[in-house]
Amino acid sequence: MDLLLHLAIVIAIYAIFALSLNVEVGYTGLFNFGHVAFFAIGAYTSALLTLAGAPFSLGLLAGLAAAGLCGYLLSIPALKLQGDYFGIATLGFGEILRMIVNNEVWLTKGPMGLPGIPRPDLFGVVFDTLPAYLALSGVFALVTFAILAFVVLSPFGRALKAVRDDETAAEILGKNAFRFKIKSFVIGSVFAGLAGVLWAHYTTFIGPGDFTLTETILVLLIVVMGGKGTFLGPVVGAVALIFFQESVRFLRLPPEWTRLLGPLQQMVFGLLLVVLMVFRPEGIIREKGGRRGD
Amino acid sequence: MIEIRNVTKTFGGTRAVSDCSISLDGLGITGLIGPNGSGKTTLFNLITGLLKPDSGEIRFLGNRIDGRLPHDMAQLGLIRTFQLSRVFPRMTVLENMLLAPQGQTGERLLSLWLRLPKIRSEESENREQALELLDLLGLTKLHDQFAENLSYGQQKLLELGRALMAKPRMILLDEPTAGINPTLIRTMIEMILTMRERGQVFFIIEHNMDVVIEVCEKVFVLDHGEKIAEGRPADIQKDPRVIEAYLGC
Ligand SMILES: Nc1ncnc2c1ncn2[C@@H]1O[C@H](COP(=O)(O)OP(=O)(O)O)[C@@H](O)[C@H]1O
Ligand SMILES: [Mg+2]
Repeated sequence: MDLLLHLAIVIAIYAIFALSLNVEVGYTGLFNFGHVAFFAIGAYTSALLTLAGAPFSLGLLAGLAAAGLCGYLLSIPALKLQGDYFGIATLGFGEILRMIVNNEVWLTKGPMGLPGIPRPDLFGVVFDTLPAYLALSGVFALVTFAILAFVVLSPFGRALKAVRDDETAAEILGKNAFRFKIKSFVIGSVFAGLAGVLWAHYTTFIGPGDFTLTETILVLLIVVMGGKGTFLGPVVGAVALIFFQESVRFLRLPPEWTRLLGPLQQMVFGLLLVVLMVFRPEGIIREKGGRRGD
Repeated sequence: MIEIRNVTKTFGGTRAVSDCSISLDGLGITGLIGPNGSGKTTLFNLITGLLKPDSGEIRFLGNRIDGRLPHDMAQLGLIRTFQLSRVFPRMTVLENMLLAPQGQTGERLLSLWLRLPKIRSEESENREQALELLDLLGLTKLHDQFAENLSYGQQKLLELGRALMAKPRMILLDEPTAGINPTLIRTMIEMILTMRERGQVFFIIEHNMDVVIEVCEKVFVLDHGEKIAEGRPADIQKDPRVIEAYLGC
């Protein structure tokens, strides 16, 4: 039962994380390979503040603000770059951020990580049991889903899709592509920050090892597998992949196997990404607007 | 409406547009013709902000516009189409249309939350208009298909419809009838003439002289990036310089 609750909580957090990336990748065509950085910024900001005695609500808001601000500051130079170079810049940012977390020991305790992050309390309720935490992250996941669905289905979201499909044609129709991309990136960063905050207060311990490229690949896989550019896709992807990942962890395997499990899993995920790209690039859920004859 | 003065644009060694001056009064339908490679598309790119002239100036309604960004030009009221159509492939036909109106309240993130009723009414108004235009273009049945599923000719019609949705001061069409079948050419021409009746101003690059004679009141002729003639289509056809330019290539 605890295992199921744990699974559901992790799924809710990753659903938020994937929904945030989908705004960028699925709706705006921005392949962000450093998305985990904003998850980390949210996590560290809230963890540091609450460890210093600030209430959870403040940590949460500061986490979202810090992730959004960093997203804004990164996006301005990065979005001046074309295509692949944007991807490389975001990848670089993710790695640099992890190095900062590793090295700025005075602030982050470096590789030691931050233990003892307090459980959230909101409106006098402390979310210190699994069911309570599931309720909290579930509500946040629903709110995220509702907000992002509203945004991508609006005229704003339509303009994002136009920029994704053909930037020049969007410009010719009066859309300032650069601004739309910045806004999309900031929205994605803020909600990645939210996922990070929820993660930090759930595990109560974070360290630089939690925020590697592997996490970005996982969340990218969730989006691509679920169906990028659909608002249900990331949720379906999160359920499928997190279920797979977390349940493998709880299999009773001989110790010499568990050593291999991590690298093996990465290989499986990498392979899955390739297979998907080749055989079903649209993912499980398809964008609406069928083919002729459908 | 548009004043082009001594504009030159070179690519490496090629002078695509060479000391060109054109004055468009902004009435009805004006044509732009000339042999392949004479600089017509380049001139459109210069007017709509996709390229910057090396020298000379371009004015729209009295204001300098050369060197401005494409989205500024669209917001000022100049919308163009492309020689090879550029619809948004992974958006439905209707979405392509609804995207085009300028200054939409719902495209601003903050207004999205604060002015929902206004956004709703704008959307339903635009939708009604889009469906009317799609009907005239014969695309009603395809309105919820991805634009990539349309035939090439249908995509060009959609591009025209999209330009009309923007309600610009002037629409610049780059070879609207090129590469599409005769039935759709008819639809295209009828649509252009209908919209002209409703007061829409057009500037059209067209290589099919029959179409030029049918729709244009006035034509400019380019050759090697220079304007070699202007006037009524019937007179232009008899102009020896024009005949030479076409035969000489
Ligand atoms: N982006 C570009 N780079 C280099 N040369 C170009 C470019 N665009 C156009 N040209 C050249 O400029 C000349 C005019 O081209 P264009 O304006 O497309 O002619 P038209 O539309 O009249 O057929 C051609 O010689 C063409 O090769
Ligand atoms: Mg051309």
